[in-house]
Amino acid sequence: MNDKIISQVCSTYNNNKTRMMDIVTTLNKQLGGIDDESIDLIAKATGSPRVLVESTISFYSFLSKDKKGDVVVRLCNDVVDNMQGAKEIKEVFEQELGIKCGETTEDGKVTLEETPCIGMCDQAPAALINETVVTSLTKDKAKQVAQDLKGGAAAETLVKDLGDGNNANDLVKSMVNNNVKKKGEVIFADREDNVGLKAAIEKTPESIIEDLKISKLRGRGGAGFPTGLKWAFTRSADGDNKTVICNADEGEPGTFKDRVILTEECNLLFEGMTIGGYVIGAETGIIYLRGEYAYLKVFLEDALDKRREANLLGKNILGKDGFNFDIRIQLGAGAYICGEESSLISSCEGLRGDPKTRPPFPAQKGYLQTPTAVNNVETFCSVARILEKGGVWFAEIGTEASPGTKLLSISGDCDNPGVYEFEFGVTINDMLSESGAKDTKAVLVGGPSGQIIGKDDFDKAICYDDLATGGAIVVFNSTRDILKIALEYMEFFVEESCGYCTPCRAGNVLLRNCLENIVEGKGQTTDLKYLEELGESVQFSSRCGLGQTSPNPILSTLKNFKADYEALVKEDDGFNPAFDINKALSVAEDIQGRKSVIFNENH
Amino acid sequence: MSEKTIKFKIDGKEIQGKVGQTILEAAEEAGIYIPRLCHLKGITPHGSCRVCTVKVNGRPQTACTQPVVEGIEVENDTEEITEHRKNIIDMLFVEGNHFCMFCQKSGNCELQALAYRFGILAPKYPYQFPKRELDATHPDIFIDKNCCILCGRCVQTSKDIDGKNVFEFVGRGPEKQLAVNSKANLAGTDISVTDKAAEACPVGAIIKKQEGYAVPVGKRLYDIKPIGSEIENK
Amino acid sequence: MTKPKIATTSLAGCFGCHMSILDIDERILQLVELVDFDKSPVDDIKKFTGRCLVGIIEGGCCNEDNVHVLKYFRENCDVLIALGDCAINGCIPSMRNEIPLKECFDEAYKDGPTVYNPEGIIPNDPEIPLVLDRVYPCSEVVKIDYHLPGCPPNADIIWEALVALLNNKPLDLPYELVKYD
Repeated sequence: MNDKIISQVCSTYNNNKTRMMDIVTTLNKQLGGIDDESIDLIAKATGSPRVLVESTISFYSFLSKDKKGDVVVRLCNDVVDNMQGAKEIKEVFEQELGIKCGETTEDGKVTLEETPCIGMCDQAPAALINETVVTSLTKDKAKQVAQDLKGGAAAETLVKDLGDGNNANDLVKSMVNNNVKKKGEVIFADREDNVGLKAAIEKTPESIIEDLKISKLRGRGGAGFPTGLKWAFTRSADGDNKTVICNADEGEPGTFKDRVILTEECNLLFEGMTIGGYVIGAETGIIYLRGEYAYLKVFLEDALDKRREANLLGKNILGKDGFNFDIRIQLGAGAYICGEESSLISSCEGLRGDPKTRPPFPAQKGYLQTPTAVNNVETFCSVARILEKGGVWFAEIGTEASPGTKLLSISGDCDNPGVYEFEFGVTINDMLSESGAKDTKAVLVGGPSGQIIGKDDFDKAICYDDLATGGAIVVFNSTRDILKIALEYMEFFVEESCGYCTPCRAGNVLLRNCLENIVEGKGQTTDLKYLEELGESVQFSSRCGLGQTSPNPILSTLKNFKADYEALVKEDDGFNPAFDINKALSVAEDIQGRKSVIFNENH
Repeated sequence: MSEKTIKFKIDGKEIQGKVGQTILEAAEEAGIYIPRLCHLKGITPHGSCRVCTVKVNGRPQTACTQPVVEGIEVENDTEEITEHRKNIIDMLFVEGNHFCMFCQKSGNCELQALAYRFGILAPKYPYQFPKRELDATHPDIFIDKNCCILCGRCVQTSKDIDGKNVFEFVGRGPEKQLAVNSKANLAGTDISVTDKAAEACPVGAIIKKQEGYAVPVGKRLYDIKPIGSEIENK
Repeated sequence: MTKPKIATTSLAGCFGCHMSILDIDERILQLVELVDFDKSPVDDIKKFTGRCLVGIIEGGCCNEDNVHVLKYFRENCDVLIALGDCAINGCIPSMRNEIPLKECFDEAYKDGPTVYNPEGIIPNDPEIPLVLDRVYPCSEVVKIDYHLPGCPPNADIIWEALVALLNNKPLDLPYELVKYD
């Protein structure tokens, strides 16, 4: 029976192994898991070594070889969710379903799992149930959901009240709320669709690049590479086929701003991508949509269809002879690393999401070896607006070196979590008061790959030369244990490292373990130097942005919250406090049915 | 390949490289050894072990993947970089189960040799004691994942030189491991003992059977002279 | 001037490292000129008679007695040397670390191919130290000041290290002597 489904799905994608992600995500959904026999069949159909198929499946957390339940409940275990009671919600699910996380009910109906940030920190605790998002969970709600699922309810039926805006659209039907708390001049401004695109095709690509340079637009993902320059490189690179990719894999814990753009302003994004296609001379556009946002896929596809009908995509766009461009959606499957542009390209090519060796850079050889420009959702939107209103207009917003606005996803200990469109240059203090944060002890700027800062730095500004950020802001008040939070973020990096390079794969585990000892009161003063030196080596030697920033939760708290560490570590007295004789003996004591005589006083 | 030379510096010393060469290759020709593990001549560089990380105009880059560029200043043998390299080697030792005392590769193992070269007496990190598998199903070749450092040399050699796809990685992060192109095990693949992939392993993770301990202690590759001295004393 | 004192012990090791100490051959005469031996299997002194400059540890910790002795050494010695691979990384004994203890017991005392134990008894005399859940390298239990690898370490490396330590010189060991096998 599986043979038929598999050959059908493979042929939908022309048995093309570079579409492996689509093949395996579709099959995983239909079959509940892709077993060894299925892997062989896929390998045969696509002419791919079986181990390569297995490699791809094994990489993504939403895919598996084992068959899972009809419904998979993925409870978000992000720091913000945990602050808002996710652990209790998990207990309710475990109790009601009679299984532990990682298990499937005996009747094969429900699998319970945990997953890192699903982009719902403004309405935490949240869960992903198949592709349906359930938000603002309480213990009562969780109980109801679990009981419904036990009774065989389909995931979609769990949505009772629809969210605002397009969340209520027939093609979305989601309970997610946008929570747009502040509208700015660029992204959430009143405007007319496609004015930028129409202006663009009247110009030459070179003059658009000039506009972008005048605007001083820099990438909104966090790294801040000048967009005009990136597009100029990609345009001038050798190669007939070029590619424009939108990075909609916002996986940085605490960020959810692209979710809102995708829900409310997808046409602005498509417009920006189409302009990108025009500028660099690309006919292929891809939106890499994180698997967690699969609930938006049908809606986005419909929007793309409408654009095709209106000749805003396709051949000779808007009557411009030879301007051909189209966009497809590439769904991810649960891998933070795929937010790294070269990993994202690997994933689009149907491979495991390993970053690629640079050089060659994506602008030279990216997607399927074609020159490729990868940009953030917000960057494309800004491009469309710049084409509409001019580079000078844009350059005057924000600060001299960081023009424009920045969407910030603010969550955690504040009264008004949501998406804020601020001009660059806004200080942490301004942001805190606007979001209704009180008694703030620490702020995570830029997600765990950014910095955890303390009061001394609250007068700093969000911009490329002070606090650069992709947009994730998490607020912690004075009741929070900063080191436990840092530990949760280290756990996240251990989980999400692709494992390609030594320092990130092995180093993060060691960092996590040492911090865990400290948090448990089993650390010593020498551990602080150990963490610092190890963290620096991971930062220095890692192959991509993940490893180069993964020690940040530790390094930034060592810098900004040293006293929290010092309060926990013991003076070095020659004995390793992490060694626990009771634990080391407990197994033998159980087996042999006697207690230690030597270490009796400890029992 | 063009014969045009590219001038650049390593630790202040002027080097002449060729167009298309990596920093590691140009250094090697000039008698400078840049420590490395995952690098193997003739295959696509993997850039995963990170041991060859140097500073190029102040930025960390792997010498095995970075092409030479006119005028760059490369730092290689500095205290800072050596410290990072030692840390990476320590990480690799504690991440796996390396029992040198009975490993067939001991004395010829590149990981061990690098540790010797750097004078490492013991890793500074706690041993992780992971559970790893063995695969002895193949009549001529043995896989011991306890030693595997995930350098990718076997994966790439099988692809680039043998024209096969015997090996690949599965899983991610600390769970990442070597897998073979067969539902069951190595015996189910098309690997042959004459494949270059069978001898690509820098450590004792892929071993040819019936060849163990052929060279007596004292005469093995790195017993007397450190790894890299063959380049430095050219 | 009283001579500095040295103590040695073998924990979860095979005494091979102690054999290697004896392998310094005639230099042992020089050594006794330089130091006195305190608690050690060499002289069978069971308890420390006073503070020692150097404690040499062979073997890792596989049972509670090993931990006890190791801590006893740390309390009584200024400098601890982990001698040999077992002390440094657990070595052969630690090959059981990935196998649950119960399985190890069953294999050793009941199910092993060469075992004759019709009553299926697992030794459990109160005199037998309890076995730890896994083998711990010494540095996981106490602070170790110097590591001398090898299985066993070459006698020359032991000699070089001791001479350097006793003369307050840095440990600068020749390449050929540092080996992990």
